[in-house]
Amino acid sequence: MSTVKSLEDLKKIREAALEKRKLKATSGQSQITVAMGTCGIAAGARDTMKAILETIETQNLSGIIVSQTGCIGLCEKEPIVMVTVGEGEKVTYGKVNPDLARRIVNEHVVGGKALKEWTIPA
Amino acid sequence: MKELSLHMLDIAENSIAAGARNVELIVEEDLVNDRLRLGVIDDGCGMDAEIVAMVENPFFTSRTTRKVGLGIPLLKAAAEACQGSLEIASTPGEGTRIWTEFQRSHIDRMPLGDLAGTMLTLCISFPQAHWMLRYTVGDAVFEFDDQPIKDTLQDVPLTEPSVLAFIRGILEEGISGVRIPETVQLC
Repeated sequence: MSTVKSLEDLKKIREAALEKRKLKATSGQSQITVAMGTCGIAAGARDTMKAILETIETQNLSGIIVSQTGCIGLCEKEPIVMVTVGEGEKVTYGKVNPDLARRIVNEHVVGGKALKEWTIPA
Repeated sequence: MKELSLHMLDIAENSIAAGARNVELIVEEDLVNDRLRLGVIDDGCGMDAEIVAMVENPFFTSRTTRKVGLGIPLLKAAAEACQGSLEIASTPGEGTRIWTEFQRSHIDRMPLGDLAGTMLTLCISFPQAHWMLRYTVGDAVFEFDDQPIKDTLQDVPLTEPSVLAFIRGILEEGISGVRIPETVQLC
């Protein structure tokens, strides 16, 4: 795949994304933050992050902001994921493996219902 | 840490903490001399000689949330266990270069692991920085630069599903195109 061709492809992707945005009025964005200090990375945070990105990709979920933060001082609870849906409060999850990460995206970010049994006070 | 790619992710986070705008990750597999070199090059705030001397100490950290740093000493120990070394060259105000070297065939050398996953994570998490990767195996080279992608996308975010698929595809194809599969040999 040559670079020029792939950037042409990307232009088409961009146009399609803008078209989609016009159709769907954004109703408050969701934010997912993965803690990725040395402790988080060693505990598997990259695979957690990958599972979140894969879920966004396969379920075609637009309007989710994904970011990361450093160590928040709860190293024993890593990997830690924080979720804010629209204007709602920030919810912090601990020990988030890839399976739990997929559930959080599907049930909390998309479904709007926090997974209470996995939250931690932060 | 189970993969060198995870160490690179960890070290690159330091570049962001140092306010870097341009970060280049370099992986060189030198098949002739049997060396594997990892480089993380940034234009962050840099460190003076005193701080450079301290960061190799596991009990040094600038953070306040935890009393140990660990990132660099862990990688240094991994390299030294494999006939290798870790070197830091840093200039305050200009940036930091961290080079780590391993004997490529050493039995204790961690696998490189998911380099595409590390690059994707960095690009998505810190879109404000300019990310580059140069991965060399023998004479084969794969180069990735996220700037043309961001210039093309303009206001469309990297987390748009089709964009994610696009970037992941470029990284995975490019990396597997030059990589020699790492196999476990049982004798």
